[in-house]
Amino acid sequence: MSVLLDESFTFIVQGITGREAVNLTRECLDYGSRVVGGVTPGRKGREVHGVPVFDTVQQVTEAVGYVPNGSVVTVPPAFTKDAVFEALEAGVELIVIVTERIPRRDVAQMVELAGMRGARIIGPNCLGVIVPEVCKMGGIGGPARDAAKAYTPGAVGVMSRSGGMTTEISSTLTAAGLGQSTAISIGGDAIIGSTYAELMPLFEADKQTEAIVIYTEPGGRMEAQLSDWVKENESRLPIIAFMAGRFMDSEEMKGMSFGHAGTIVEGAEDTATEKIARLEAAGIPVVERIDEIPDRVKETLGARV
Amino acid sequence: MRFYEYESRKIIERAGIPVTRYGFCNTPDEARTAAEEIGGSVVVKSQVLTGGRMKAGGVKFADSPDEAAAHAAEILELEINGQMPRGVLVDPKAEVAQEYYAGVVWDGTQKRPLMLFSDMGGIDIEEVAERHPEHVGRGHLSNLLPISDFEAKQVIAQTGVTGSELNRATPILARLAALMRDCDMTMAEINPLARLEDGSFVALDAHMEMENEARPRQRGLLQELGIAEDEAREPYEPSEFERNVKAIDSADHRGVIQGKDHGFQGNLGLVIGAGGGSLTLTDAVRSQGGSPANYTEIGGNPSVAKACGLTREVLRKEGVEKIAVMMSIVSNTRVDIVARGVIKACLELGKDPGETIAIFRIPGAWEEEGFKILERYGVEYCDRSVSMWEAAGRAVAKIQNPAASSSATPGAAGSGEGR
Repeated sequence: MSVLLDESFTFIVQGITGREAVNLTRECLDYGSRVVGGVTPGRKGREVHGVPVFDTVQQVTEAVGYVPNGSVVTVPPAFTKDAVFEALEAGVELIVIVTERIPRRDVAQMVELAGMRGARIIGPNCLGVIVPEVCKMGGIGGPARDAAKAYTPGAVGVMSRSGGMTTEISSTLTAAGLGQSTAISIGGDAIIGSTYAELMPLFEADKQTEAIVIYTEPGGRMEAQLSDWVKENESRLPIIAFMAGRFMDSEEMKGMSFGHAGTIVEGAEDTATEKIARLEAAGIPVVERIDEIPDRVKETLGARV
Repeated sequence: MRFYEYESRKIIERAGIPVTRYGFCNTPDEARTAAEEIGGSVVVKSQVLTGGRMKAGGVKFADSPDEAAAHAAEILELEINGQMPRGVLVDPKAEVAQEYYAGVVWDGTQKRPLMLFSDMGGIDIEEVAERHPEHVGRGHLSNLLPISDFEAKQVIAQTGVTGSELNRATPILARLAALMRDCDMTMAEINPLARLEDGSFVALDAHMEMENEARPRQRGLLQELGIAEDEAREPYEPSEFERNVKAIDSADHRGVIQGKDHGFQGNLGLVIGAGGGSLTLTDAVRSQGGSPANYTEIGGNPSVAKACGLTREVLRKEGVEKIAVMMSIVSNTRVDIVARGVIKACLELGKDPGETIAIFRIPGAWEEEGFKILERYGVEYCDRSVSMWEAAGRAVAKIQNPAASSSATPGAAGSGEGR
């Protein structure tokens, strides 16, 4: 099994005629994903790599005869909220938002509506979700050939605030003979649709997943939230964390943001040092090097047998 | 982006929140006139984008217009935390009966704005929350529903405030919440919010920060405040390196490059990417004893010209001896294009790429083509079988001990996929 996606999962691409979206569609189709339609207002009747383009999400659902399970949204920041609302109101249940630089208020509104509609948002500012050799939803891992090199099926669930590092970590696991159940690029913004703690119950319920690896950064309370979740729920899954951006703790870097919009340190609890202490207090070891991860995962898995 | 106090006051004023009659002044004469118009005792406050004004001597009381002018002359010349003031604010010295705190911030965990109110104003709210939690009221707002006064009232009532104080403070907090949401602020704070002897409420100081991503749609407000579109409002002045990298990035729409060197003074130039990769690599260099000269981010498949421009700026920085070109596995950015760009920059500056580039570690899309080019110029490169940590370590070793590392490189370089 896996989380979020499976063999039968269908999705659409909103903003499908954009340059990046065309590539993304090609990559997903090559990987075996079921992209059943695309939406770009005013472009009805076109095709992108054989995928029919419509003006509205409603038209897609009418044409295919059902509501697709998901949507990858890659439209400019000023139009993203409208596109996501459209998908949510059509009944789409999983939305991956690729777009960067969306104002926080818009993100919060989309997330609140998703909650009301029983839907889930991944991102924004993310590369999407991949279930190795089954389905890829978004640009994660790049072209199918490259994605196959980095991602292999297995027992490790990966969650990362960095899209690129999702692939780097998975590739490192793959090289050590450890495959992934599902890898999720959760997004680099201050407010995102699904945090580590909000995704943990899915991995918890997934029989294939036996361990979790997370990539974390300074800024925000997502890691603190995960620490609390782990303490409150008796999780069966060992978690290994990697923390990037430790250099941001030095005095001269105060108030600066690096890497992602969400790395800005806004409170005393947001620093790398503080987060590492919290995670470790919750029993989540934090490694300093990506290449330490496979051995740590093997150790924890070995210890449980 | 941050606002000066005089701008924050204008923002709350236009939202219908009462403020004192203040004057923003750029010269001692203007301060004298403002003090005359206000009449009575005034306070002269430095307009800087940093905290700690009081301690630094940037806030002074005056009993006469002449004294106000004298204080203004001093404060206008006073640097606070590396910043010269934009001007001074002359404000009446209010007859305060009690000070309160009103604020609205984002709660990233709940993904909603959070209203905060305290009847202990004038001090840092985090300090109050820690020492006197019963004096802080809190309440989340919906992102979708309109903001109602009762929500603000509930928050204020939590602190025990009642009577006419409660009824007068309620619309102030509700308006602050509405402006925070409507103007895309990441935080909006009035501290202190004062109750005067006559029972009226007035904001004595305000602090606002707007989300950079929202600047385009808040253009109207920013224009009204006289803020130019290119005013960065960073906590520090951008360096020449930062300005040049920004100019190179905006000159070409293909790909994204960013560069920062505030707080970096090392000898190893970093040409690195992408978001998370750059954070990881900067740590890896520093943890292994290296000293980065800068921080960069490459992403979104930049052109050769852009990669070249970024590398040239890094190489031109004072004290840079070698550069390390490293990224996490790329799927969109092309390895060969970055390789071409960095080599071109070395050649243009008359430097030998093989000597100048300590390590090239970018695995992923078009890597075979990239590695071929690097081989031609004698640049040490590696693929994904060499970890980010190890690549950073090699670069550090080379710059610290050039003779020892050059003999160790051939076996390690260009090892292919090898698994």
